[in-house]
Amino acid sequence: MTLRTLAPYDFPAKDVVGNFPAPLLYLCWEDHNLFCSPVCIPAAPDTPFAALAEAILPGIYGAHPDFARIDWSAVEWFKSGQPWQPDPGATLAGNGLKHKDVLRFRTPGLQGLQGSFS
Amino acid sequence: MTRGLGWETTYQPMDKVFPYDRYEGIKIHDWDKWEDPFRLTMDAYWKYQGEKEKKLYAVIEAFAQNNGQLGVSDARYLNALKLFIQGVTPLEYYAHRGFTHPGRHFSGEGARVAAQMQAIDELRHFQTETHALSHYNKYFNGMHNSNQWFDRVWYLSVPKSFFEDALTAGPFEFLTSISFAFEYVLTNLLFVPFMSGAAHNGDLSTVTFGFSAQSDEARHMTLGLECIKFMLEQDPANVPIVQGWIDKWFWRGYRVLTLVAMMQDYMLPKRVMSWKEAWEMYGEASGGALFKDLARYGIREPKGWQQAIKEKDHISHQAWNVFYNYCGAAAMHTWVPTDEELDWLSQKYPDSFDRLYRPRLLHYREQQQQGKRFHNATLPMLCTICQVPMTSTEPDDPTKICFRESDYLGDKYHFCSDGCKDVFDGEPKKYIQSWLPVHQIYQGNCFKADVDPTAEGFNPLAAVLDWYGIEQGKDNGEFEGSVDQKNFADWSGREAPAGEPAPLPATRT
Repeated sequence: MTLRTLAPYDFPAKDVVGNFPAPLLYLCWEDHNLFCSPVCIPAAPDTPFAALAEAILPGIYGAHPDFARIDWSAVEWFKSGQPWQPDPGATLAGNGLKHKDVLRFRTPGLQGLQGSFS
Repeated sequence: MTRGLGWETTYQPMDKVFPYDRYEGIKIHDWDKWEDPFRLTMDAYWKYQGEKEKKLYAVIEAFAQNNGQLGVSDARYLNALKLFIQGVTPLEYYAHRGFTHPGRHFSGEGARVAAQMQAIDELRHFQTETHALSHYNKYFNGMHNSNQWFDRVWYLSVPKSFFEDALTAGPFEFLTSISFAFEYVLTNLLFVPFMSGAAHNGDLSTVTFGFSAQSDEARHMTLGLECIKFMLEQDPANVPIVQGWIDKWFWRGYRVLTLVAMMQDYMLPKRVMSWKEAWEMYGEASGGALFKDLARYGIREPKGWQQAIKEKDHISHQAWNVFYNYCGAAAMHTWVPTDEELDWLSQKYPDSFDRLYRPRLLHYREQQQQGKRFHNATLPMLCTICQVPMTSTEPDDPTKICFRESDYLGDKYHFCSDGCKDVFDGEPKKYIQSWLPVHQIYQGNCFKADVDPTAEGFNPLAAVLDWYGIEQGKDNGEFEGSVDQKNFADWSGREAPAGEPAPLPATRT
């Protein structure tokens, strides 16, 4: 069903990276749906990946009782739903992350409040 | 009845006078086959509508004189009305604008007249809903700025983008999206929860609006069914186009109804029926019969129908959680239901509630008792199409957020479901223009002109609320301790039972 129009129809995309102070990154903590949805943050490309776990994620997810129990060495990452191995020593850009990428992290053994996925 | 009101133009060719009614690819061979859905002369129409107005405004006047606002079940109910005035009433105005366009541009006079009459009905609904709810606005928060909120506030982009998608379509798609999908297939799922909710919760003003709109809605349903049958009967080539629209618009309308599902399961102190029950009755049963009937034209049930069936145990709870997380930025309150209400939810949702949703509500209550009421401080990821935060789960696994994405001209776009992804993939040029509230906030477009985000002590949430026109501490936040709660209790002499946390046990083990 392509768009049917009466005249040439080409308008700029509203969310190109140049419109933002930094590329957007979407983050989701799997099995912790107390946080109603994944979040969206602008993340400077030169942010070290390690800063995610150390500085950024605590601010987003720290209120959850499971957060303090996370074993960061066991965390599994997914980018666009595919298993993904980040290099914690590299930056977000160095890890190949681009504007509007979506990362999900799974914390094995932690499945929310009383295992209810919340 | 409308035959003979039109003519073949001679001053200009017909297709210059009516430039919009062929470009969508719908072929009409004989406009005379259009059957008028509204068999009323204008003077009969004015007479009936005038009689209804007299009754309606008399009841609204009596309601006001009698302090009817104190007769509602409890102050939490008002939040259902806030959702209504903010998210539904503006759509009536959009419908008015929307019907005026085909009211000019169909080359068949029967269809033009029907659209013109509906355009008047819809403006009337905008007016009568505003009047019915204006009385509450004198006493309670969250209603005073609804037109501005509709244009700016994050959750209201859900109904706004839905209707703007329809408004910017051609006349045949507009009728399929609004007259058929919304005003016929899905109408009871919007109307019944709000109107029955009003009746069960002592809201005479909204009830009387509902009665006065019923005959209008009956006409609208007739137009919806007529337009679909007319298109399907005129040419077999129309069938796949109409099917594509039915798939798109069932899905888009259904996603907007997520807000209604939440309202009827969580915001009505005296509950009527669950979303699940309403969907089974008005969706599965009625809709099922309808699509069986349309099968003779080659139409099948909409693509997302089975997913809506799978999700019926989940969407209301997921949506409530969005508003619980983010009510600090909303023009309405949220709360944790009482134990009695939690038990109702368990009973209505035996397969999902106790396993997936009760634990977090109890956790929220516990946090609130400890003075740590949970608020989500990070902006959510939104679906590019329906613009709801990405709270939907996989159809076959309600524990996992559903992620779908598309790449278009070097950029990624994200969706909550196959249904929304399909809408994007069908017409990407349209949706790359989506005004997504979260993205617009990050682009700096949601602050007043004189705001300096780099200034010391800048509070982005406060700045956004200011731009929204939402009054911090009055319109937003937790119900417990709100101005509405206190005022209602003081004025009515009745304590709101809701939201009150259960007392902590005397000793902790």
